[in-house]
Amino acid sequence: MEKLILRRVGNTGEEMLLNFGPQHPSTHGVINFLVDTDGEVMKRAVPDVGYLHRSLEKIGEITGYPGFMPYTDRIDYVAAMFANEGYAIAVEKLIKVEVPPRAQWLRAISCELCRIASHLVSTGTMATDIGASTPLVHALRERERVNDLIEALCGARLTYNYHRIGGVAFDMPAGWRDKVLAFLDHFDTMLVEFDRLLSFNSIYVKRLANVAVITKEQAVDYGLVGPNLRGSGMDWDVRRDVPYGAYPNFKFEVPVGRGSRGTVGDTFDRYYVRVLEMKQSSQIVRQALDSIPDGEFMAKVPRKIKPEAGEAFSRVESARGEMAYYVVSDGTDKAYRVRARTGSYMAMGIIEDISPGLMVADLVALIASLDVVAPEIDR
Amino acid sequence: MPVNTPPVPYQPKSTPKVIVAVTLAAAVGIPALLLGLILLLTPILQPATIDAALAAAGLEGHRTAAYVGALAVLALLMVNFGAIFSGVISWYERRIAGRMQSRIGPNRAGFAGFFVWIADAVKLLLKEDLVPAEADSVLFRAAPYFVLVGFALTFVVLPFGHSLVVADLNVGIFYVTSVTALVVVGILISGWSSNSKWALFGGMRSAAQVISYEIPAGVAIFIPVAMAGTLSMQGIIRAQGGLPWEWFVFRNPAAFIAFFILFTSQLAEANRTPFDLPEAESELVAGYLSEYSGFRFALFFLAEWGNIWVLSAVATTLFLGGWQIPFVSAEYVDGLRGSGILPAAAWWGWNAVSMVVFVLKAIVLSNVVVWLRWTLPRIRVDQMMALCWKYLVPGAFACFVFTLFWELAVGVAPGVEVVTGVGLTVFATVLALLFFRRVRLNIQAVQGDKFDLSNW
Repeated sequence: MEKLILRRVGNTGEEMLLNFGPQHPSTHGVINFLVDTDGEVMKRAVPDVGYLHRSLEKIGEITGYPGFMPYTDRIDYVAAMFANEGYAIAVEKLIKVEVPPRAQWLRAISCELCRIASHLVSTGTMATDIGASTPLVHALRERERVNDLIEALCGARLTYNYHRIGGVAFDMPAGWRDKVLAFLDHFDTMLVEFDRLLSFNSIYVKRLANVAVITKEQAVDYGLVGPNLRGSGMDWDVRRDVPYGAYPNFKFEVPVGRGSRGTVGDTFDRYYVRVLEMKQSSQIVRQALDSIPDGEFMAKVPRKIKPEAGEAFSRVESARGEMAYYVVSDGTDKAYRVRARTGSYMAMGIIEDISPGLMVADLVALIASLDVVAPEIDR
Repeated sequence: MPVNTPPVPYQPKSTPKVIVAVTLAAAVGIPALLLGLILLLTPILQPATIDAALAAAGLEGHRTAAYVGALAVLALLMVNFGAIFSGVISWYERRIAGRMQSRIGPNRAGFAGFFVWIADAVKLLLKEDLVPAEADSVLFRAAPYFVLVGFALTFVVLPFGHSLVVADLNVGIFYVTSVTALVVVGILISGWSSNSKWALFGGMRSAAQVISYEIPAGVAIFIPVAMAGTLSMQGIIRAQGGLPWEWFVFRNPAAFIAFFILFTSQLAEANRTPFDLPEAESELVAGYLSEYSGFRFALFFLAEWGNIWVLSAVATTLFLGGWQIPFVSAEYVDGLRGSGILPAAAWWGWNAVSMVVFVLKAIVLSNVVVWLRWTLPRIRVDQMMALCWKYLVPGAFACFVFTLFWELAVGVAPGVEVVTGVGLTVFATVLALLFFRRVRLNIQAVQGDKFDLSNW
């Protein structure tokens, strides 16, 4: 592997080959970049992934269908709710179960709260990577409040295991609705402060604007998804364009990168799309809480799930973009194949092409702006 | 349905009264002791006083020994002041950072965690002094001393009060810029000798940064020098006055700009945010510090935090009126000294007041440095260079040329200076008030947030 990468980097001896990771504060043990540098300017950065591979997809073939649900949390532990949801929808398609409306709403609420939590981590760590440590702590403080809410909902703060095949594990606890609304009231004002502290700080904007521009075509070619794709000006959101769950019932905008501070598709666009998405998520949660229907939160699902032979495909808009599950059943109680398509792995692919000519400091900004989460790369 | 039991509110245990008393005693006592010794010893251990005392005692033959002894005492005193200031500000900075980041910060050792700097120092002293196998061990070991010496030597000319300075060199401010250049040497050596790519990156960045920013800093320093007509630190302060409109920063529009140019450049020279590129954690691991551990690491950080005092003191001296006491002229205090070997009591009193004025100004500036670090992101290396060469250097030169003509104009009509002084003072006050208003609005804008100093 090392030799292969070295050959691809094509070190001529004039440049310095830098192992950017895995033991590095920005890659914290889970990613490695082989960076070919000429002083501060990079010739090329080659990502070397696989440090966090846990063969989760293979585990999906060994455990039964319901048993894989807790493992999906580990596919993306920063936004575990989406991985839950995607898998649940895929299996529901296999066994042809209709999810009750209340469960659909609860899924949407939990997912949008989770999106807020995930984007807070993303924008906060981005600030740290750019050198400002205070916004991260402020973001994490707000994320703790989201975690408190989700903990009240499902008992877990990180790996939720909340969604079930056919519904969700628990109904809303008493008084939870008011707590969420109180949090959202606070959070909306907090986002304004976050913008003042960080987003429009001129040093921050200068660090991000016009850096590592990904054009619309490139973004599509490389299969970027979610905020990375929208940051490049592509107006595509699975929640709106391939609606699933309760989303057709909500009104929300899909923020798209407009190059407000530089070029469309630069690092700032990708960053700011996330900030705007947090505002939209807050709106969605409000709408969902207002319109949540009564009724069951779990469909009648047999204890032992044994779908007919066949395959199912589901796609959900995760915090990191479109997340797809492809589940193949051979008629037994264990899946023949479980495949998860995640955004981060695709995002890693584009780094090699974008990196030439960037500075070492920009590489950090690029990685942060792609919101790469290591478990999602390797699964 | 899960049962939602509200968590039992955490009841913090109150700190035992003994610990509070010991901490407060140390927090007041240590600075008071150091500043008191500086107040007492610096005027006494001067050549003139020593000579007079030796002559009175009939010991003229022992002049060399007396001088060496005096120098040793003063050196020990000043290095200790620098070290302890850097220790205390490391605690202070972490407490401030804690407040800014909605957390508590160090709170274990002593009341409010005041003794954390002692604990840290002891910890670092006890750690293994690791030298990487492939490192150039001689240079690697030597590098921290260059940094420390470059920092400690500045205390020779840094004033603390009316007559409180180790040596009032006639090239004072020039001397400061010269000896601080030693810090770059140390950083370059450490970057090279660590034999680590990150350290090399950090060392190169630091060298480029510090050397570049010496130029706008140097040119900005010309301006108070031109206004005062002397390079001596005490001379520059004596050319100013105690009231804000008598400070250089407000007496001349160019000096007002030059103050910010100097302050920015000094931040860059001290490797403070937003210019902390040499040790940018998210990019370079720890830059030139990557391979250091234990005592040598502590020396680097001692110099880094101590430099906050140096830069605040230099900025205070050059632009903010130094130790000048409002409504009391330096000449009046001179006159109180009397003719004896030891000065009169009133003289000591005014010196103490001038010291308080100076230390307060320097601490306010240090505070700003700390605020900036926890607010701003870091700029990129090319932006850092562009800021220096495209904006600060031409700006500083323009300010300097303007100052030359300004001085001519002031020579013709001295009233200009007073009018500008009052005007700029009002302007700066308005700016400060707007700043505080903005802070208040920011806090009010977020629902549920409020000033909370309960666990300080």
